[in-house]
Amino acid sequence: MKSIGRYIIFIGSFFVRRESFKTNFKQTIDECIKIGYDSLFIVAIVSTFMGAVTTIQTAYNLVSPLIPDYVISLVVRDMTILEMSPTIMAIVFAGKVGSNIAGELGTMRITEQIDALEVMGINAASYLVLPKTIAAVIMYPMLVIISAFLSILGGYIAGTLSEVISGTEYIYGLRFEFIETNVRFALTKSFVFAFLVTTISSYKGFYTSGGALEVGQASTNAVTNSCIAILVADYILAQVLL
Amino acid sequence: MIEIQHINKSFRDKQVLFDISSKFEKGRANLIIGASGTGKSVLLKCMVGLVQPDEGKVLYNGRDFTGSKEKSRTEIRREIGMLFQGGALFDSKNVEQNVRFPLDMLTKMPMDEKMDRVNQCLHMVGLENANKKMPSEISGGMKKRVGIARAIVNKAQYLYCDEPNSGLDPQTSIRIDNLIKDITDELNITTVVVTHDMNSVMEIGESVMFMHKGKKLWEGNNQTIFDSGVQELEDFIFANNLMRAVRKLN
Repeated sequence: MKSIGRYIIFIGSFFVRRESFKTNFKQTIDECIKIGYDSLFIVAIVSTFMGAVTTIQTAYNLVSPLIPDYVISLVVRDMTILEMSPTIMAIVFAGKVGSNIAGELGTMRITEQIDALEVMGINAASYLVLPKTIAAVIMYPMLVIISAFLSILGGYIAGTLSEVISGTEYIYGLRFEFIETNVRFALTKSFVFAFLVTTISSYKGFYTSGGALEVGQASTNAVTNSCIAILVADYILAQVLL
Repeated sequence: MIEIQHINKSFRDKQVLFDISSKFEKGRANLIIGASGTGKSVLLKCMVGLVQPDEGKVLYNGRDFTGSKEKSRTEIRREIGMLFQGGALFDSKNVEQNVRFPLDMLTKMPMDEKMDRVNQCLHMVGLENANKKMPSEISGGMKKRVGIARAIVNKAQYLYCDEPNSGLDPQTSIRIDNLIKDITDELNITTVVVTHDMNSVMEIGESVMFMHKGKKLWEGNNQTIFDSGVQELEDFIFANNLMRAVRKLN
């Protein structure tokens, strides 16, 4: 409970003694590149194979001749949009971006760089963490959209190459009884997950004390706690919004 | 001038500072000395606001720092420059950007003025040709000099140095000590140096405060330090062979 209280106070401190809009804007653009653009490769690889494997495994399980083939792509579409792109990607995102943030801030803490900012009269939490949080909330939903597209594309390529489904049926399944709300739900989840990953990882890094060993522990804790928070938030959002 | 009044600080049940009061005069290098673990760095952190003392006051030219609101503290903090033990340079910025950082963040100076000021400070610390080097590419002594340049770039009135000689060879240590002294004289600022290096005491100790187990035991200067009559201070001074040899010679 004490940690949750400190975490909430930490988030509140972003908005006290903020730097100028110009400073925050420049920092946010830099973070958008680090958090968003630099994550594109891993997101693309994971998403494409995720879609491909889902297609093959769904086809493997649908053995009844009464079930039409287009159900395969329908399953891929709904799984991708509802769960895999926002949630599984959030776990990948926590592993890549979360550990990086905790490591960076932890190192800054133990090498007194954060103290140097505070002595200058700069609110270190606001200066260092707010741009990361804004950047993640902007970039992660974009990564989720790219991930969903590539996952569905990966499914199409795997399905047609292995001849478990024809291209026409795959596209028919994608369009069949499409529910727009699912996309809105996925994007809502992505905003929440991005916020959780960046703030939890920043919190863990920002309050690191000790040496290199503790920075490593902070990175590990950042990923573990972010993953737990993602799964809990996923359940709550599913209960509330669906 | 900086004045500290009755500073007490505990961490959980352990008291680390006991009723410390002192004055640090302008235009002087004021040294706080003592063995490791005596609370010197905690006292320094209390003075710059990184640690809040449990009791007592820190006054900057009569302005209460510890008891004031965040806005007033920020105003005072912007008059403070600090050299950290490891330099605390920002890894992602080169030397020039590190030194320029306080100007970028705290002033609205045009870029050419900022660059003039940065080059002037780098010249003062003898690093004219290191502008584009990254912190990972420079030595420990150079990092300290960049740290000093960054601390004074925004015309700091108060300069704090936490163990400026740690990890440096004797010649570089003397160079850093002389640099701190020259900057204090040239800019007429109040400088507070935390150290356990007796060479520094002899080089620049115009005002020296000795701490032992969280208490202030003695105050004076490098001329009077050998006649203190304080056993703990004598143990501290003559802990190394060189100082013992000097005592024998005398």
